Amino acid sequence: MLTILFDGIAYGMLLFVLACGLSVTLGLMNFVNLAHGSFAMAGGYITLVLVNRAGLPFFAGLPIAFVATALIGALFERTLYVHVYSRSHLDQVLFTIGLVFMSVAAVDYVMGSQQVFIQIPSVLQGRFEIFGVGVGRYRLLIIVICGLLTVALQLILSSTRFGSRLRASVDDPRVARGLGINVNAVFSLTFAVGSGLAGLGGALGAEILGLDPTFPLKYMVYFLIVVTVGGTSSITGPFAASLLIGIADVAGKYYVPKFGAFVIYTIMIIVLILRPQGLFARAAGK
Amino acid sequence: MASALVAEVARRLARRARWRPFEYAFWLAALASVFLLPGRHLILTEIAWLALFALSLDLILGYAGIISLGHAAFFGLGSYVAALLAKHGRGSDLTRLMVTLGVALIMREIANQIPDITGGADGLQGVVVAPILGVFHFDIFGHVSYAYCLIVLFVLFLLARRVVYSPFGLSLRAVKGNALRASSIGISVNARLVAIYTFAAFYAGVAGALLAQTTAFASLDVFSFERSADLLLVLIIGGTGYLYGGLIGAVIFKLMQDWIANLTPQYWQFWIGLVLVLIVLVGRDRVGLWTGGVRALAERLTRRLAPGAAPVPVPPGEGH
Repeated sequence: MLTILFDGIAYGMLLFVLACGLSVTLGLMNFVNLAHGSFAMAGGYITLVLVNRAGLPFFAGLPIAFVATALIGALFERTLYVHVYSRSHLDQVLFTIGLVFMSVAAVDYVMGSQQVFIQIPSVLQGRFEIFGVGVGRYRLLIIVICGLLTVALQLILSSTRFGSRLRASVDDPRVARGLGINVNAVFSLTFAVGSGLAGLGGALGAEILGLDPTFPLKYMVYFLIVVTVGGTSSITGPFAASLLIGIADVAGKYYVPKFGAFVIYTIMIIVLILRPQGLFARAAGK
Repeated sequence: MASALVAEVARRLARRARWRPFEYAFWLAALASVFLLPGRHLILTEIAWLALFALSLDLILGYAGIISLGHAAFFGLGSYVAALLAKHGRGSDLTRLMVTLGVALIMREIANQIPDITGGADGLQGVVVAPILGVFHFDIFGHVSYAYCLIVLFVLFLLARRVVYSPFGLSLRAVKGNALRASSIGISVNARLVAIYTFAAFYAGVAGALLAQTTAFASLDVFSFERSADLLLVLIIGGTGYLYGGLIGAVIFKLMQDWIANLTPQYWQFWIGLVLVLIVLVGRDRVGLWTGGVRALAERLTRRLAPGAAPVPVPPGEGH
């Protein structure tokens, strides 16, 4: 029981790191980026190449995955995405689906279509017991890393100058521009960091979620669920939503395996019908 | 006075709904393909049901302006949930996107969980389809199935055309243009949206049934996200909001897919993705222009052939 809760929390934390970039970009530019999972996949495969083929230690691979994915994200943002911001949602959906298809086929071409695993150090394998609760070492690591990241993100958002600029831009981009905040620069940086976090999440999650070329298609839905259920106005919303989805998914798969992924889809549809702006959205809409 | 107004509106509606020469040409070409291209009937059959799917999506997207990613799953439940959502009526684009997608995924899960009925992930093989009207047996070259699909497509197209050019269809356009204004002139927006959703769901259902009948195979693939994305692409190629978009788009899409799949069997998805990205970057309006050019030419021909009746121009297709 507690073990399931523990696994669910680890899963939820992972989802949060993967999806928080998406939630911020959606809130900031009202941009529907279905290709977010492609960045996560990029991070996963970069780590795979570094650790499995080049022989780098796992813990060195993670920050490199973050930086490399952030750079890729920044590059795409400046060259491609920037043309699509002012378009309709339909255009954005089409554009990013196109990117997903391309990334899926490209990775398939370069890396092969089979599922791959990143070699993790033996220290992190296996599980131990605390007060009768089975604790997987790797999952514990995920919770620690993602927990630290969450705290860091919250601190950056709430108490740095950049954080207040970002919050101002999310609340009302036009007024923020009027106050002299360079919203586009804020957005580029946020997009890069968000992509980087997704890459880190992809690298961390390869062990649990599995890594193969269809990753972006498979998990895109989860990210979007987190974002729509959590709302886009803060990062606490997506965080709570991630935990809810993570725990519900693990518990659902354990207790009612026949229903599989039903549980979270049903949760999502019920939440959206009752509260179309998300669970934790503020009353004042844009 | 009022009756004069009613008569005037009726006359204008009738004039909008008049058949144009290029429409005759299109269906004549379709009919001719039955006799002239016997070797290509298998792919033509696929085009026909894909066109029906796209037609159904066009009814929702082009005439009511709702983005739907779960379109492939709109058999009943989808329209029910969509109706619920429309009733609560507050969702943003993203919310609609997620609900439609969620419904599609749930349908897929349901189909996956009841292998007794659906065959699970293996799909249903060996569907035995009775001969049409007890006379025409389906043959492996697809002659009968193509004619069958084409007839169904044509009949349903006529129905859709009738609906779109009716006052009901005009009110849908008004809702798409500006929901607030439409409701202020007395159109009940939610009821119209529910109605067109249900209507389109019926079309999607028929298209799905056609697929199962002609291929004697049904699988979970029809619920997949890629299938819905393909449909969007079909409609974008052809242009939304004038009914022929789905049909023309289906022809181009299938021929393109066939051609690319022959070149690179495993990686055709890459090129489909590239086409999507390019279409958006170039601008959908500009891509839609070539169909606009064809339509403008058709209009001019109409005017020259029948100088007395100046046709009302069809607004360019735009889906938001």
